Formats: sequence, structure tokens, C-alpha cells
Amino acid sequence: MTTLPIHPPSTSNRQTIFFLAILTIAWFVAYNLIQPLANWISYSALNLPQDSKLGESLAFFLYDIPKILLLLSGMIFIISIIRSFFSPERTRALLGGKREGVANVFAAMLGIVTPFCSCSAVPLFIGFVESGIPLGVTFSFLIAAPTINEVAVIMLFGLFGWKVAGVYVASGLVIAIVAGVVIGRLKMERYVEDFVWQIKSGAGQILDEKLTWNDRIERAWDSVKEIVGKVWLYVIIGIAIGAGIHGYVPESALANIMGKQTWWSVPAAVLLGIPLYANAAGIIPIVSALMEKGASLGTVLAFMMAVVGLSLPEAVILRRVLKLPLLITFFAVIAVAIIFIGYLFNIIL
Amino acid sequence: MLTIKVLGSGCANCKRVEQIAHKVVDKMSLEAEIIKVTDYKDIMAYNILSTPGLIINEKVVSTGRIPSEAEITTFITSALETAQRQL
Repeated sequence: MTTLPIHPPSTSNRQTIFFLAILTIAWFVAYNLIQPLANWISYSALNLPQDSKLGESLAFFLYDIPKILLLLSGMIFIISIIRSFFSPERTRALLGGKREGVANVFAAMLGIVTPFCSCSAVPLFIGFVESGIPLGVTFSFLIAAPTINEVAVIMLFGLFGWKVAGVYVASGLVIAIVAGVVIGRLKMERYVEDFVWQIKSGAGQILDEKLTWNDRIERAWDSVKEIVGKVWLYVIIGIAIGAGIHGYVPESALANIMGKQTWWSVPAAVLLGIPLYANAAGIIPIVSALMEKGASLGTVLAFMMAVVGLSLPEAVILRRVLKLPLLITFFAVIAVAIIFIGYLFNIIL
Repeated sequence: MLTIKVLGSGCANCKRVEQIAHKVVDKMSLEAEIIKVTDYKDIMAYNILSTPGLIINEKVVSTGRIPSEAEITTFITSALETAQRQL
């Protein structure tokens, strides 16, 4: 009896590596060319004066768009490769049997790396709770996963630098852990819809795929296409508005309404962020330009976390499994935590 | 006879998986029943944590992502082989 090779011959592996190497080099070349190119188009080809508003706005726009799109493509590819080693099933197994508190920390960190889409929030919630993972730990995961979202973090990195991106990730983790612990302490199990407790998962075995490197690369490539395909238009619109603000709004025009001194700016930013859910990609470039004009970091961070973390569509989805008091508590605890973080950064920075 | 189930509450990704499944079945000119499962109780019976889920002849073949046409073709082919062996 002859056995057929299960994996394609190694030439296809070599081809993939070759292809990846070419792409990586092309990425670095492109990334280093965009700044001189943007300047050249604005100041040489179009002959706009160096210190003109129009020239400055245009150079900003021409540089930021390819930069952000390149960063998004490259980093989503790498993040997707990392995520291919994780799955909600594995995360659930890792969380099982851990002490509350420790488990909240793990849940929040796993929330960053586990592939998750908000339309899976309900099956995930049921599957976690039903396997005995405490409610608070489940919430730590459900808060971290959408809040520390890859598009937001990459764009913060691209437009604000690694420090702000790092502060954002750290704040997101703290909020997810604290909010999860608080909800756990409140003992709100009875506000979970009754049918959740009655569900018994089937005995069917859990899908545990053995992925080859080719599979991982292929899937990572698919998610780059999917995510960049979804956000590119928002990115361009956001950067266009940001470029306009950059060139035309006077320095420190916003210090009074979005600056540290204004006590109500943080809660106002959070309230404003709630309905803006879908446009996180478009909002970050605008906010980045606002910060140049005097908005403070705490206010800006609070705004972005509210945009990404407090989403009405997610609330509607979660209403299927949470009774109203718990849903409201869930939202309120996150909102308070975000406001607290906002004030904290306004005070210490 | 092939039974394909698409598990999910009706989000865009679930609809996409259903479309691809229909396309593959048509291409392979198979007789198959494609069922949408939207009730969470029924979804959870398959022990999955992320949607869309794809079930072929009661076996979970993919969860939490949109498999490609080629992948679904492979899933169906191997499901047919399994069914053949059991006859």
C-alpha cells in the first residue's frame, strides 16, 4: 500500500518563504519612501510653499495615509499569525480552575490575543459561564477583547507613537481586570438570562485544528484583506479631516474645551464616544490632530476607549444573555473605569 | 445525502459562509440540505465558542471564521468519503 503525502511538497513552502521575504523587503522600502515622496509631491511637484497651510496639510495627508495603511497591513499580518496559535476554546481551557483575581488577569491578557468578533460574544459568554468560569472572569475577557483591538492599537502607534499605544493597552487591561473583579463581587449571577444556565453543551468533541505554517500564513493574509478592506475608507476620511485640522486650526484652540483644566471634558468625551462605535479607524487620526491643538492625553484616551469599548451594538447583542440590571452595571462599571483613567492621566501628565 | 448546517445568529460572516456553502454545493452538483441554525440553544449543542460555525453531517468542521471555497470543497469531499465508508 502506498501512502499519499499529506502535506504539499516542500517547494510550495519554499515559495511561500520567498514570497514573504520579497513582501517584507517591499514593505520596508515603501515605508521609508513615503515621507520624502509626500514632501516631494507637496513642495516640489506642486510647488507649494514650505510653510503654507495647504502645503502642510497636503504633506501630512500624503504621508499619513500610506503610512497607516502599511502599518495596518504589516502588523495585522503579524498579529494574525500570533493569534493562529490561540482560540477561544484554548483560552477557556487555560482559564478553567484558576483562582478569581488571577483568572481575571489571565482573562484580560488572553482577550488581547484570542481571535474574537463581537458577533461571537453570546456563544462565548454561554460557553465560558457554562463551563464554570466565574461571571467576573468572563467579563474581564469580554471587556479586554474588543477594547484592546488591533486596529485601534496600531493606529495609536502610527499616529501617537509607542508610548501612547502602550498606555492605551495597559489602561485597557486595568479596566478589564478591575471591572471584571467588581462585577464578580457584585454577585449578579441571577441577572444572567435563565436559559443560559439551562444550556448543556453537546458532548461533541471540540474542533482542534492542526495548522501548518502555510495555513497560518494564508489565514493571516485573509484577515489583512478583510480588516484593511473594512477600514481603509474610514482611515482616509479620518486622516483627511485630521490634515485639515493640522493645517487650519490654530495652536491651542482646544485647550479650553478639551484641556486638562476643564473638569467635564473627560465624562463628556466618554458620552460622545459611545455612539461612534464603528468608526474607531476614522476617529483616531482626528483625535491625533486635536491633541496637537491643546486637547489633553487623558481626555483623548477616555474618548477612544469609549468609542471602542462601550459599543451599543455589543450591548444589543449581549442583551440576549444578560438581564437589564447586569447589562447596565456592565456598561456603568466600564464607563466609570474609563473616566477614572482619563482623570488619572490628566492629573499625572 | 449531505446535511450542512451554518451556525450563527445572522451576522454578516454567517451569511457569507452560507453563500459559499451554497456555491460549493452547486459547483459539485450535490444534493444537500443547507440549514441555518440561529437559536443559541441549538448552536451551543455543538459545543462551539465562536460563530460562524460550519457543520457537515453533524461534524464541526470550522468555527469563528469564513472558510474559503476550496476549504469547504475539501470538507464536503471528506464528509462524503466518510459517509461512503459507513455504508
